[in-house]
Amino acid sequence: MAMTDAHPTGIRSWLTTVDHKRIAIMYFVVGFAFLLVAGFEGQLIRLQLAAPGRDFLDPDLYNQLFTMHGTTMVFFAGMPLVVAFFNFVVPLQIGARDVAFPRLNAFSFWVFLFGGLFLYASIPLRAMPDGGWFAYMPLTNPEYSPGPGIDFYVLSLLISGVGSIAGGLNFLVTILNMRAPGMTFMRMPLFTWMALIVSALILLAFPPFTVGLIFMLFDRSFGTHFFDAAAGADPVLWQHLFWVFGHPEVYILILPAFGIVSDVIPTYSRKILFGYPVVVFSGVLIAFLGFGVWVHHMFSVGLGPVVNAVFGGATMLIAIPTGIKIFNWIATMWGGRLRFRTAMLYAVGLVATFTIGGLSGVMHSSPPADLQQTDTYFVVAHFHYVLIGGTVFGLFCGFYYWFPKATGRMLHEGLGKAHFWLTFIALNVTFFPMHFSGLLGMPRRTYTYAEGLGLDIFNLISTIGAFVFTLSFVPLVWNLWRTWRRGEAAGHNPWDASTLEWTTASPPPHYNFAEIPTVDRRDPLLHPYIEPESRGEGDEPGGAVPRRQPDEPPEPVVMPNPSYWPLVLAAGMLLMTIGALGSLGLTLFGLFVTAVGLFAWAFEPPFGEEAH
Amino acid sequence: MSSHSAGSHPSTRLYVAVAVILAALTALEVMVFYIEALAPVLIPILLVMMAAKFALVAMFFMHLKSDGPVLTAIFAWGVFIATAIVVGLMAIFGKFGA
Amino acid sequence: MEGPTSTGIPNRKLAMWTFIGSECMLFGTLIATYMIYRGRNLVPPYPHDLLNIPFITVTTFVLLMSSLMMVLALAAVQRNDLRATKLWLGLTALFGLIFLGGQYYEFSHFVHEGLPLSRNLFSSTFFVLTGTHGAHVAGGVIWLGTLLVRTVNGKLDARHAETVEIAGLYWHFVDVVWIILFTLIYLLV
Repeated sequence: MAMTDAHPTGIRSWLTTVDHKRIAIMYFVVGFAFLLVAGFEGQLIRLQLAAPGRDFLDPDLYNQLFTMHGTTMVFFAGMPLVVAFFNFVVPLQIGARDVAFPRLNAFSFWVFLFGGLFLYASIPLRAMPDGGWFAYMPLTNPEYSPGPGIDFYVLSLLISGVGSIAGGLNFLVTILNMRAPGMTFMRMPLFTWMALIVSALILLAFPPFTVGLIFMLFDRSFGTHFFDAAAGADPVLWQHLFWVFGHPEVYILILPAFGIVSDVIPTYSRKILFGYPVVVFSGVLIAFLGFGVWVHHMFSVGLGPVVNAVFGGATMLIAIPTGIKIFNWIATMWGGRLRFRTAMLYAVGLVATFTIGGLSGVMHSSPPADLQQTDTYFVVAHFHYVLIGGTVFGLFCGFYYWFPKATGRMLHEGLGKAHFWLTFIALNVTFFPMHFSGLLGMPRRTYTYAEGLGLDIFNLISTIGAFVFTLSFVPLVWNLWRTWRRGEAAGHNPWDASTLEWTTASPPPHYNFAEIPTVDRRDPLLHPYIEPESRGEGDEPGGAVPRRQPDEPPEPVVMPNPSYWPLVLAAGMLLMTIGALGSLGLTLFGLFVTAVGLFAWAFEPPFGEEAH
Repeated sequence: MSSHSAGSHPSTRLYVAVAVILAALTALEVMVFYIEALAPVLIPILLVMMAAKFALVAMFFMHLKSDGPVLTAIFAWGVFIATAIVVGLMAIFGKFGA
Repeated sequence: MEGPTSTGIPNRKLAMWTFIGSECMLFGTLIATYMIYRGRNLVPPYPHDLLNIPFITVTTFVLLMSSLMMVLALAAVQRNDLRATKLWLGLTALFGLIFLGGQYYEFSHFVHEGLPLSRNLFSSTFFVLTGTHGAHVAGGVIWLGTLLVRTVNGKLDARHAETVEIAGLYWHFVDVVWIILFTLIYLLV
């Protein structure tokens, strides 16, 4: 169906949409909401720890809050925000009109949303999971965790994991198969490259976790013995299955941020990326080595010197490709004409703070050092520098960079910079003192600490930092409000960037490109101001890209139809999940709805005309 | 849509030949299992025959031999990482120690 | 409906191969668990008390031959021989059903012999691993049944050969997994 008419609005159009840009917005809004909720949980934890011996939270609630904080941040804030950027940016960067499987894309979103809502249904039912985001066995077996809390954890991650795998499949096929003519692999923008690598990581990392969750579900619900030492099993297997997934998951969260920064820094440095192939291949290498380092989360288990040495060595090795990228970004900025817009501030902030987190990571790649640091606040400091200083800064960087493209409006620079400086200060004030409290021996996941251990001042500073974090959202929300009321129009390419998404209107029409562009170089929009000596081979300025304004499509553009079935299929899976808490009837009904959704989906013509 | 790979796929005769080999290998596997004298080398023999069957199905029935390197690379990547994880976990749990 | 793709491989076929790559990790993890826990079972019955090699050899042979039926169905639909397509698709699904029947018999026999799912470490790992595989076979049988009905109704012909090919890829992968399980579970008992 040629949908040249105005794009429909209203609640129904959002429930049935298969447009990657609208799905991106839904992912972003829901992911951001979960970020706020999980941030609030972190704030509560910091309030409890502000001074020694406080009873603001009781120990049980404290356990539940750090579990929900971690689980939410990783699965329902970090991943959906990453996927929001995949959705919005990747089809535009490769010159495609949508992803390869638009309905599957909508399905991924709905199961993610339902998984998150299901997890949070545990709060009104007063059954929040309390086993940590890693849910180690045997703590989480029915004997030690008898209530339904862990079941909420297991089932919500099982259902949202289906959406993650479907998303990985979709973006892998999209990037391999939907590139504009002439866009070879070595001409792809870095963000698209990292999206490709991350899709492969998702596809390979989530199945082991899914299997582990199924084992846990069976142990809890059907009396199997996968993690039952009395039956001859080894509970440590759960740790292996979790970290075989969990370590690649770290790269799933960080590589997209690296991709964003690798697109942003050249734009605001007015240079091309220094050493593009090296950045690409170090990304590939990280993805490859990422499957061989999982035991560094388990050094204190006592697997023996050989195992620990092998995985410690592999962990030190993986720091090399990561470090290489840092030098690529610095070399890109070197001698450039730098413009410190908000997105650039976040990119430079990432280079600085991620390096700190990376260095403390290298410190505990050595098993003897790790044995001193593990389960202390030193590790908390490390991964918050990596996940906030890396992932969150990268995501905010992308947010300020692509916001004009997504909405057609410019954000206010002053408020953006205020937002950056507040988050930058908050990160360092909150988490830098944790290096000290950690090395002084303060254990993680303990609801309080005694007076007179030298921990008081560091914890007080950390809690003050957490308040600055909360404060940092004020300029962001103000900025969004202001831009919504009276933001200036953005135009096609407000930053003079060089990739394909900047050739189309802001916001892009729902068909993205009136005419699919042809690409003959890595930076199709490379601007003439770039000094000749920093140009790559074949990077002469000028347009291989059609400069036609995409106001009117020259020919009918065939776009996918909206569909209810992704929502129905996801709803069926949600019903099965709720039923798994103890209602066979509901599970069977959910199975029926799922089957109806699947068949209706399979026989619904995806493109309007009869699919032949 | 139909024209894509029709020409390059193997003939019926080849399909049947592959199936005969697969059946023969399966029979051989079970025979080897019952021969006492082969007990010391049973594991390598069975693993080799298993790999041969795996490769035959992937190459001919799943057309990897004629369908080009991209699909082979995707499959090989999955098989490689999965095998590495299986062997790695077995090694960590001391299954090769004895 | 779709333009030419960058790799020349149709989207759905590439997606199926990617899915298969991901499934390698799913079965790899299940197999790793089975192999790690082999010989650690503390409560009878033990694998060698129950596993019936001659019986499972027969069902293994049936599943192996269903893969031959599947490629013959693909060859038939590619030359638009719909009569043969129906025959071979039907036989593939039937052989799959026979395999599932064998698995049902095996499972109920084991339970009858004192090995319910929750009995011991062997029952946990065995039933979840082979059960996951069986669920894949069942899904494949339903898929093939759908294709068969569409062929009978005249809605599937040579223009849809790609659809049959993709279902076939899935079916062969499930067969390949069984090739591994047959050796690791039964022959290396």
